[in-house]
Amino acid sequence: MKILVCIKQVPDMESRFKLNAAGTWYSDQDLAWRMNEYDEFAVEQAIQLREQAGDAEVVVLSIGPDRVKEAMKKALAMGADRGVHIQDDASYGKDPYQIASAIAAYAGEQNFDVIFTGMQSQDRGSAQVGLLLAGMLGLPAVTTIVGFEYDGSQATVRRELEGGLKSVVKLSFPAVLTCQLGLNTPRYPTLPNIMKAKKKELVSLPIADLLKVEALVTTAATRFPERKGGGLILEGDVGELTEKLVAILKEKTTVLK
Amino acid sequence: MKALLIAESRQGKILPGSYETLAFANKIGAEAAMFLVGSEDALPKFDGRLYLADVAAAGEYNPDEHLRLLLEVVAKESPQLVVLSHSSYGWDLAPRLALALQAGQVSEVVACEGDTLVVPACNSKLQRVVRAQSGVTVVTLQSGAFSLAGEPAGTPTVEKLAAQAGAKLEFAGYEEAEKGGVDLSKAEIIVSAGRGIGKPENLVMVEALAKALGGEYGASRPVVDSGWAEHNRQVGSTGQTVAPKLYVACGISGAIQHLAGMKKSDFVIAINTDRDAPIGEVADVLVVADLKQFLPALTDRLQK
Ligand SMILES: Cc1cc2nc3c(=O)[nH]c(=O)nc-3n(C[C@H](O)[C@H](O)[C@H](O)COP(=O)(O)OP(=O)(O)OC[C@H]3O[C@@H](n4cnc5c(N)ncnc54)[C@H](O)[C@@H]3O)c2cc1C
Ligand SMILES: Nc1ncnc2c1ncn2[C@@H]1O[C@H](COP(=O)(O)O)[C@@H](O)[C@H]1O
Repeated sequence: MKILVCIKQVPDMESRFKLNAAGTWYSDQDLAWRMNEYDEFAVEQAIQLREQAGDAEVVVLSIGPDRVKEAMKKALAMGADRGVHIQDDASYGKDPYQIASAIAAYAGEQNFDVIFTGMQSQDRGSAQVGLLLAGMLGLPAVTTIVGFEYDGSQATVRRELEGGLKSVVKLSFPAVLTCQLGLNTPRYPTLPNIMKAKKKELVSLPIADLLKVEALVTTAATRFPERKGGGLILEGDVGELTEKLVAILKEKTTVLK
Repeated sequence: MKALLIAESRQGKILPGSYETLAFANKIGAEAAMFLVGSEDALPKFDGRLYLADVAAAGEYNPDEHLRLLLEVVAKESPQLVVLSHSSYGWDLAPRLALALQAGQVSEVVACEGDTLVVPACNSKLQRVVRAQSGVTVVTLQSGAFSLAGEPAGTPTVEKLAAQAGAKLEFAGYEEAEKGGVDLSKAEIIVSAGRGIGKPENLVMVEALAKALGGEYGASRPVVDSGWAEHNRQVGSTGQTVAPKLYVACGISGAIQHLAGMKKSDFVIAINTDRDAPIGEVADVLVVADLKQFLPALTDRLQK
């Protein structure tokens, strides 16, 4: 069985963001980078499926500048077998249609049995790449999965809806599945596995070899949202903060009797 | 401007997001027609043309067939915009449609400014202003970003579509969330723990404050997903919707899916080390502090 996992490297969301010079996206200076949270569940599911299937290989793919190889190395240390890095210093400016078509150009010749992606990226959040990729490859796709079982011929997935409701969906491979938070418990790479990962194959391909389409959506500008809420911000010494907060609770609410 | 609005029904009910697509069309002054895979027994309140496919024939989750029906309607209506909710139904169907039409898709729209659309990025810390480069554009709307001025009203003119059975994906039914345990929707005071608590042992600080205030404790999704709290304590779009007199968010960043579950609270206090955390947008008071120091101090003070 051949399994592909698509991962994206994103900034830590607790960062204080600045804009790039063109004002089209965040500046990539002084940021801590990590694997897109949703993609960690995708990597874990791929590895679990390989462990179950036995004769199987997990390929991890990421598009972006050289730094994204750090996230790929984490996936390799978690247990993925090899990495395909699609080198693109300007990937932040590509729309989901372009990202998906580059992945499709690579995956099209490889006949993967199953492709896992995250349901969305934390920075861009379009929730499109997985489905676009599936469409381009002519594969069925189920989004937002929080449960996955495979019986050797058929997969049963749980697709999350609003309010905690789930739909149970059965499908056959090949297929694309987009992973939601809580699908599994992503493993931590152990030190021996981090060492082993250093020897795993990680090839880089130029984006120009794979990307042949123009963007369908372009970014005119990126900005900080206007603060509408604008509540009170309290900072300082913990002792003073508690006094201030208790005073506010007494004045503004009826909860303190 | 012509817009095709995608209404949603689930288990025999029209979902409220359907009316948000209508609010969006009204706001941009678009002429609107609606599409629904649903039933004649539960029609959306809408004065206009409604293309209706029978859910019993098409299946409630059968994206290939829903897409086929939708493409039929797009061919008849030639809209410039197709509008869906950014919901589990909408984000699943929209990219399939966009690809079939070679259309640009703009996800989770929160505003429309001239010929551009505004969408959040990085957990709503940033906004992107985007422009589609295609003749027809598919948009999904952030839940709650657009709402009708009054109650929905009207009766649609129904045009029926013939649905076909058969699917690559077999929908085998629903699974409800586990019931029982606490009912947070009745609590007047809720103190919720987020990932910022760091480790499960720190949940006691949140519980202690809840107790000192005479309330219940809740949790954000990562805390529940990690097994640190029960699902019935989860606040948000895939958990409970609550509206207490006081909501205290401890180490919760304020993702839109969390806000969806608590933004109707009367008074919101957030405790967060990140001054820019988006929870600040709905908080009456944002206390910038480490919850590990602040929560015990506050609990002590309240017990005096
Ligand atoms: C379809 C869908 C449905 C979802 N449904 C839900 C839902 O129902 N409910 C829900 O909650 N989420 C839901 N989510 C997940 C949501 O998008 C966020 O990932 C989640 O709410 C984040 O939880 P959090 O704020 O606890 O964690 P994070 O976003 O990781 O935030 C942690 C916060 O803690 C702060 N912090 C860290 N250390 C400290 C400290 N020592 N003291 C004080 N503050 C500290 C940080 O600054 C940060 O702001 C859903 C997501 C999707 C895609
Ligand atoms: N640059 C990228 N490289 C590899 N995979 C990506 C990239 N961008 C997005 N993806 C995948 O597509 C998913 C959805 O991303 P998005 O459509 O941007 O929300 C992510 O969770 C990843 O699995």
